[in-house]
Amino acid sequence: MSGEKYTTSNRFIHPNDHRTVTAKKKSKTINKAERWQDVDVHELAQLEINQRLSTDEKVRLYTDMVRIRRFEGRSLRSYQAGKIGGFLHLYEGQEAVAVGTISLLGADDHVITAYRVHGHAIAVGMDPKPMMAEMYGKYTGCAKGKGGSMHMFAPDKNFWGGHGIVGGQIPLGTGLAFALKYQGKKGCCLAYMGDGAINQGAVHEAYNLAALWNLPVIFIIENNAYSMGTSQERSSAFPDCLAQRAEAYGMEWDTVNGNILYDVRAKTYEAIKRAHDESRPTVLEIFTYRYRGHSVADANAEKYRSKDEIIDYKDNKDPITLLRKQFIEEGVLTEEQAKEIDKAANEEANEAAEFAEKSPFPPAESILDDSYWSSDNKGQDPEIDELNQGRFVFEDGGIFDK
Amino acid sequence: MPLITYRQAVKDALAEEIARDPNVFVMGEEVAQYNGAYKVTEGLWDKFGDKRLVDAPISEAGFVGLGIGASMLGLRPVMEFMFWSFCYVAFDQLLNNGSFCRYMSGGLMNIPIVVRGPANGGTNVGATHSHTPENLCANHPGIKVVCPSNAYDAKGLMKTAIRDNDPVFVMESTVLYGQKWEVPEEEYLIPMGKANILKEGKDISLIAHGRAAITSLEAAGILAEKYDIDAEVIDLRSIRPLDVETILASVKKTNRVVYIEENKPFCGVGAQIASIIQDEAFDHLDAPVKRVSAIDAPQIYSMPLEKIQIPDAARIVKKALEIC
Ligand SMILES: Cc1ncc(C[n+]2csc(CCOP(=O)(O)OP(=O)(O)O)c2C)c(N)n1
Ligand SMILES: [Mg+2]
Repeated sequence: MSGEKYTTSNRFIHPNDHRTVTAKKKSKTINKAERWQDVDVHELAQLEINQRLSTDEKVRLYTDMVRIRRFEGRSLRSYQAGKIGGFLHLYEGQEAVAVGTISLLGADDHVITAYRVHGHAIAVGMDPKPMMAEMYGKYTGCAKGKGGSMHMFAPDKNFWGGHGIVGGQIPLGTGLAFALKYQGKKGCCLAYMGDGAINQGAVHEAYNLAALWNLPVIFIIENNAYSMGTSQERSSAFPDCLAQRAEAYGMEWDTVNGNILYDVRAKTYEAIKRAHDESRPTVLEIFTYRYRGHSVADANAEKYRSKDEIIDYKDNKDPITLLRKQFIEEGVLTEEQAKEIDKAANEEANEAAEFAEKSPFPPAESILDDSYWSSDNKGQDPEIDELNQGRFVFEDGGIFDK
Repeated sequence: MPLITYRQAVKDALAEEIARDPNVFVMGEEVAQYNGAYKVTEGLWDKFGDKRLVDAPISEAGFVGLGIGASMLGLRPVMEFMFWSFCYVAFDQLLNNGSFCRYMSGGLMNIPIVVRGPANGGTNVGATHSHTPENLCANHPGIKVVCPSNAYDAKGLMKTAIRDNDPVFVMESTVLYGQKWEVPEEEYLIPMGKANILKEGKDISLIAHGRAAITSLEAAGILAEKYDIDAEVIDLRSIRPLDVETILASVKKTNRVVYIEENKPFCGVGAQIASIIQDEAFDHLDAPVKRVSAIDAPQIYSMPLEKIQIPDAARIVKKALEIC
């Protein structure tokens, strides 16, 4: 094999694409592992699933991507100002993945993801104000300040988090799909993970269960090229791509260009149909890229990758820029409108930060709330209280002493 | 009242709750077609079929996580560990997702799952198969832990656990599965956090959980017969929630306590109870709180030695005499 990379201008080379594609291979039909690289936006635009989008819906999708980007930018500033504690994992660069996949969901479809959660949370319709307040540790936060940046949930929007343990959410997502099937609902669960999570045992156990029991779950690997500072070459063994591991379990899989919203929608739609109509799982590997470090604390963000690589993504492959170009070409958007959208998104993010800033911290007594359902609901039902006696809390820190 | 085995009592509880609530299903290794590794679920698959009795592959992290996810949507999974000893490969699911998802969501969800199975030594299966993780699990706020010591409690607590809206871990005992107790035919539930006074007494309190409660009762018999000591025997039934009130009332009456458990001593349940007693009833103690536990080494295989490792009545009597 020659060591020459395939660099036709319209092809996307992912930093994780360590395969060398030879001239000979070029003439062959592109296999699935490479298929994401050769997408043609104009062809994708003609697909029914993209055609069916109204102008308003298209503008909404574009707007959501911009809202995520501005929200993340604003949270970064708040983090740098010392307002946000712990870790902050930003989603900038990956917006088309959450927005594209979630744009296809219906009433009985569910979503679960890892700690890089803000994009998904905004895409499912969570309000940025309580999200930002959550990061500020405020009582008005979506989890009353109990979860923080990594742990955000909105069960009323079929959104189940927001999980901090790499890969740990994948069995849960499989269980959500199990419940849908058990209840006879035509729905599915999108279970997102990173390219690093794919090496966790829990992920493989979930793959096996999903395939064995034909569960309507879609495993989505957001391959942003790195798990912290480790590139895929240094972490994962595979012949062609990570999604291909699905074959070992007899599952369908595909690769997706995460910079192109239409491709995300097209391939996710196929997987959703498979889940809804045949109750079968799919693994999708969506190639994407994160602009920031792993978390804001990642001081080495430009050490394990080159500055050029980051610039190349921002300049040539940015999902928002590409979508804007496409929509302007389609006559869906004007530059002027795009600017307004951006301005509004900035305002929204600033308002969220103001809301967070002004909100109170939780009262000390609230530390003990939300641990047990039975304690939180004491006094509601004497029968349940009767069954839950005794002491639940063994140290209250004196917060009730007055 | 009919005499039935502990095993039968658990099975009856499962059958009644499966029949009562369409959201209840049992999942675990060999629970359906094989009838259960310890025959706890024998006949249930024939009666209720594939949907309600689900054979899972040997994949504890996977299926426990799946159960937790399913419970978020309102199902009430009863997950069987063939042994609680195998819980460690599923610890992340049990203790990060099972116990903390409610909290981290600010109370937006609840996890009505039951995880059950035997957790005991004494069967000569070596250290890997003899774990008693009730203390480890109870260390996690969000989890309820119950340790039924007899068939009556096993049935009543299991039914309570299945109807409960929080995750409940039920730790049973293979040594007790074949033993019989009186169990009424009528339906009953047993509260969590309500200890059972197995024998009233005035001279010393023997407080225990799980099978150690039965051993303590035996020891109380010896103490009465041979030493004229009237011991009170308390079976905690649940570790978390904990019936502190009953413990303290007993201490105030007898002024002497031995805590007995089959678990290892370090950071064991007895350590927590001793701490509470010295903190909240110090003036009522006439002697230090004593503890009897498994001998502090990994569980040994050798048959006669494992008998020594686990507390027996003689060891409890000896400890009681030190402070009486
Ligand atoms: C079980 C576990 N191990 C390690 C970590 C620390 N950690 C958090 S994120 C991360 C990298 C994960 O990378 P990837 O799955 O590719 O997701 P990405 O951050 O790129 O979205 C690591 C090592 C963790 N949270 N959980
Ligand atoms: Mg990654």
